[in-house]
Amino acid sequence: MGRIGVIFKRELTGYFATPIAAVFIVIFLMLAGTFTFYLGNFFTRGQADLLPFFNFHPWLYLVLIPALAMRLWAEERRGGTIELLFTLPVTLWEAVVGKFLAAWCFTGIALALTFPMWVTVNLLGEPDNGVILAGYIGSFIMAGGFMAIGSCVSAITKNQVIAFVISVVVGLGFVLSGFPMVLEFFSGWTPQFFLELISSFSFLTHFNDISRGVIDFRDIVYFLSLIGFWLFATALILEWKKAE
Amino acid sequence: MSSIVEIQQLRKTFGSIVAVDQVTFTVGQGEVLGFLGPNGAGKSTTMKMITGFLTPTSGTVKVNGFDIQSQPLDAKRCIGYLPEGAPAYSDMTPWTFLLFMGEMRGFRGQDLKRRVSETVQKVNLEGVIDQSIETLSKGFKRRVGLAQAILHDPSVLILDEPTDGLDPNQKHEVRALIKEMAREKAIILSTHILEEVQAVCTRAMIIAKGKVITDGTPAELEAKSRYHNAVVLRFRGPLPEGVPDILHNVSGVKAIEELLDGEAVNGYCVVSEGGQSILSEISECAKNQHWDVAEVSVDRGQLDDVFRSLTMPAQSLT
Ligand SMILES: Nc1ncnc2c1ncn2[C@@H]1O[C@H](COP(=O)(O)OP(=O)(O)OP(=O)(O)O)[C@@H](O)[C@H]1O
Ligand SMILES: [Mg+2]
Repeated sequence: MGRIGVIFKRELTGYFATPIAAVFIVIFLMLAGTFTFYLGNFFTRGQADLLPFFNFHPWLYLVLIPALAMRLWAEERRGGTIELLFTLPVTLWEAVVGKFLAAWCFTGIALALTFPMWVTVNLLGEPDNGVILAGYIGSFIMAGGFMAIGSCVSAITKNQVIAFVISVVVGLGFVLSGFPMVLEFFSGWTPQFFLELISSFSFLTHFNDISRGVIDFRDIVYFLSLIGFWLFATALILEWKKAE
Repeated sequence: MSSIVEIQQLRKTFGSIVAVDQVTFTVGQGEVLGFLGPNGAGKSTTMKMITGFLTPTSGTVKVNGFDIQSQPLDAKRCIGYLPEGAPAYSDMTPWTFLLFMGEMRGFRGQDLKRRVSETVQKVNLEGVIDQSIETLSKGFKRRVGLAQAILHDPSVLILDEPTDGLDPNQKHEVRALIKEMAREKAIILSTHILEEVQAVCTRAMIIAKGKVITDGTPAELEAKSRYHNAVVLRFRGPLPEGVPDILHNVSGVKAIEELLDGEAVNGYCVVSEGGQSILSEISECAKNQHWDVAEVSVDRGQLDDVFRSLTMPAQSLT
């Protein structure tokens, strides 16, 4: 186990050592269920799939992931442990990746705990489980995108409330840029390529394809490069102002 | 003596604040260097640069020949560091925290467990080993910080106020521990306790406003004191008449200060001119005058006096 692994392990057990894990998972499951059954008309649609469930994930993540991510670096700063971490023989990159992976993996655990949803549709009908699997993969990788944004914002400020608000706003920008309403607003008076550019940056555009069962290589690359970009930015910001 | 830590022209500015200004020194194996200085002098900032947490504005730090900026991992492997305030992951217990720090240092399995248990014993953490760090008292937190710093038996130890918040027994034990480790290590510690410098340091450095003001053994520092080689005279029974006037005429005497026992004067401190030895002259004089002397002793000099005179602006000296 390398140093990334050691950091990963510490962080992940850290979630479960505090009430964070329980609170996050319970709220995540409750909201996911509520959205799906009440707002998504899961039963009355009369279709055996999890589309209504996945449709709400961007909105769930938009609020819940910043709540998880805000403490990533802000907490290290507040407690002064950042000084311990960066005087250990570990590179900035290893620390950033280790902490990110643990947080991402934790959202993965919360997501996996929604499996009763999958069991339910399989009891009620005969869904295409391949599509559902694609939905889960897409949702997980999108969660990584939100988490990477949150990681970067949390590196900027010691104040967790500010970190939370900024992450939500930045995340909202990435979600909304693919929203029909926003695209309509731009259509007609801006060139087509600009419209495509905006929507190509959207979590929704990429996620919708995947959640319908179309795993396009480009969508995956989009999310992964987004994660890479934000983690890179995290490392730069930490290098620049880790002592403040 | 080969130098393990080499610091050249180290400087750090925060905006317009110059926190550390052109600091140059080396520390060799077996040395315990004490940083002294008023609050905000730049002691912690210097340590943060040596350990690679802060990037210097200019200057270089080498640890065992590794440059902290160009070979940070090699340099950091040789260093054990107790940051100011002894930060630790508060949701962990001392046991899990030390295991984590050990793993980060590359230890695994039995070797790791053995190291952690040994260190826990050294700093007396057994009683709180499974209690969450968050709920530990200040002194125990400090010991946890100390434990992680010495866990990997580093050749360089940087300790920022290691005994701050410890009870007298623990202070004594930590000092003994530092002394015991000193032989095969180079140690830099900062402190506000002057007696600590006398107790553990082989060398002391006074820093003020980011600059090194003096650098020498504790004895050399004491020699800078106004009270170096001053003679203390205490009398039995009633004070003889005109003692100060008589003493003033003894050669080498610079000033006479009254010593109080409660309200009453029961003796004098005879300050010598330029720190020369005046003991024989004074005792000669006392014998000639047939004074009934209870005590005659020579002061080595007081560090806090040196500290004050070196770090305070001249006009506020009394
Ligand atoms: N991150 C920072 N940003 C701005 N100024 C800083 C920062 N860190 C330290 N300083 C300033 O640098 C100077 C030196 O601080 P430092 O913490 O090194 O002092 P110190 O000698 O350790 O003091 P103390 O005895 O109180 O621990 C102070 O004026 C402090 O305000
Ligand atoms: Mg300090």
